[in-house]
Amino acid sequence: MRASTSNLLLIGPAALMVLALFLYPLFFSLVSAFTQDDLSFTLAHFVKVFELYSNDIKFTVIIVLSSVVLLAILSIGIAATLTLSPFPKLVAVLALLYRLPLFIPFIVAAQMMRTFLAKNGLMNNTLVAMGVMTPLETVSLLGWSGIIITFVWKQLAFSTLLISGAMAALNRDQIQAAQNLGASRLRILVDVILPQVMPTIGVALVLSTVTIMSVLSVPLMIGTGSPTMITADIAFRVNSYGDYHVANALGMVSYLICAGLAWFYLRQSLKDKGALS
Amino acid sequence: MSQTMTIQHRGFRSLKARFTLRWSFWAQTAFITILALALFGPIANLLIWTIAETWYFPHTLPNQWGLKYWQQVFNPYSDVSGSLITSIIIALCAVVVCLLVSIPAGYALSKHTMPWRVGFMLLFLIPQAFPNLTVYINIARIFYDWGLNGTLLGVVLVHSVHGLMYSVWISVAAFSSIDPMLSRASRNLGAGPIYTFIHVVLPQAAPGLIAASIFVFLESLDEFTGTFFVGAPEVTTLPLLLYTASMEGNYQISSITALILLIPSIGFMLIINKFMRPEMLSKLGK
Repeated sequence: MRASTSNLLLIGPAALMVLALFLYPLFFSLVSAFTQDDLSFTLAHFVKVFELYSNDIKFTVIIVLSSVVLLAILSIGIAATLTLSPFPKLVAVLALLYRLPLFIPFIVAAQMMRTFLAKNGLMNNTLVAMGVMTPLETVSLLGWSGIIITFVWKQLAFSTLLISGAMAALNRDQIQAAQNLGASRLRILVDVILPQVMPTIGVALVLSTVTIMSVLSVPLMIGTGSPTMITADIAFRVNSYGDYHVANALGMVSYLICAGLAWFYLRQSLKDKGALS
Repeated sequence: MSQTMTIQHRGFRSLKARFTLRWSFWAQTAFITILALALFGPIANLLIWTIAETWYFPHTLPNQWGLKYWQQVFNPYSDVSGSLITSIIIALCAVVVCLLVSIPAGYALSKHTMPWRVGFMLLFLIPQAFPNLTVYINIARIFYDWGLNGTLLGVVLVHSVHGLMYSVWISVAAFSSIDPMLSRASRNLGAGPIYTFIHVVLPQAAPGLIAASIFVFLESLDEFTGTFFVGAPEVTTLPLLLYTASMEGNYQISSITALILLIPSIGFMLIINKFMRPEMLSKLGK
């Protein structure tokens, strides 16, 4: 037997699993979104999606963009502190601390936030006990802000891990040289480190977007009815109406949101390389 | 004269540098403190709910503390113990399925001369690179035709596909790092290829394969969306139970369930933390 044939046999079962249980359903969703029950082409499902859910689509885009921007700012901040801070003890504490949510399941994070951010949650109670506000002034953060907080809280560990990994892999000599020439730490971050880790930041943020568009538990448990994220709409469409066509059309919109961000990132990185003028 | 000026100037500079350094120390300490509060606050709230019997607005802390709900949860006939066992069975099966298909695939892909190697590596990445909610609803529909909806096997398959990326990629890394001379020596001494694989290659890759198993186990244990569409209502895993209890407003039961889910996650994190450094992560997949 030739080596390549035996290799294909070895990979076969795993590849078949992805084909049958991921690519086939993906293809299925594509067909279902654009056809009627008799497989004739139609755009009626998308018309329905924009009639019923255009508000939710806007809401989802806003949530995704705000989460991604917050994630970028916070994880770059933490990773930069880890790389540039002159205080080894603080770095050790921070390195341990930021990884805490990495393995906490989304559903557990959602349950934590459901109690923490509520009107009677620990956050409001602490603020009341500190005298910052009175019990009557407290507001529940469950809703769009709660969804953003939960996604950032959970996803921060992952994006920081990737970005600080890229920063740690950089050549220290350049940083040292910039330091010797008297550059401030902020200047080193902006002019020396960030340009080199941009690709990793892009990957971390695109993967985070995909995660945000995949997680159903957070919008179901933190969201408050209307408007809601389109992920919750997809589940509702399937569970309440058994309407797979519109659910799949909504799914296409969720792919487009991710693809949009990925496209923006690719275009940006091509521009940096001078491939586009 | 000019010498004293320079010394004075230097003294002023070092004073300024020391001031900046001290200022940035306090700024960083404050940042870390705020981060710690934001990270531990929700966890503390969860822990309080597990031992609160009643907690009403506007009380800062529970009115009544107690372990009543723990007794309810650990009652052998409770939903929690039942779904804990279901969850563990499903997770173990997913690990077995993933290892069975990933060990051969990882071994084959660890040879850099393999044709279409990058293509196959990307193929296994796809389930993580696409938002999978839409895929799950269609799997549920396909499984309905195949009679797999609401069965343990169906849930195991969904979890396995989700975990496949971890197990394949980590297996490839594990098989790539072994010493090829040892298996060549074993073959030269007359051992067959299968004997060599089991007794020489596999033990060297074992740490990586264990890490892969841990990832698949955790992913399966924590998986919600796929089980929600494929398993419910016949198969109830811990995340589904947590969700139902939380939506019914039964925060004690859902918090205790969440805590049970947290224990393996934190435990494995401490184990994996020893092996996984951010610098290493940047080498994965090369």
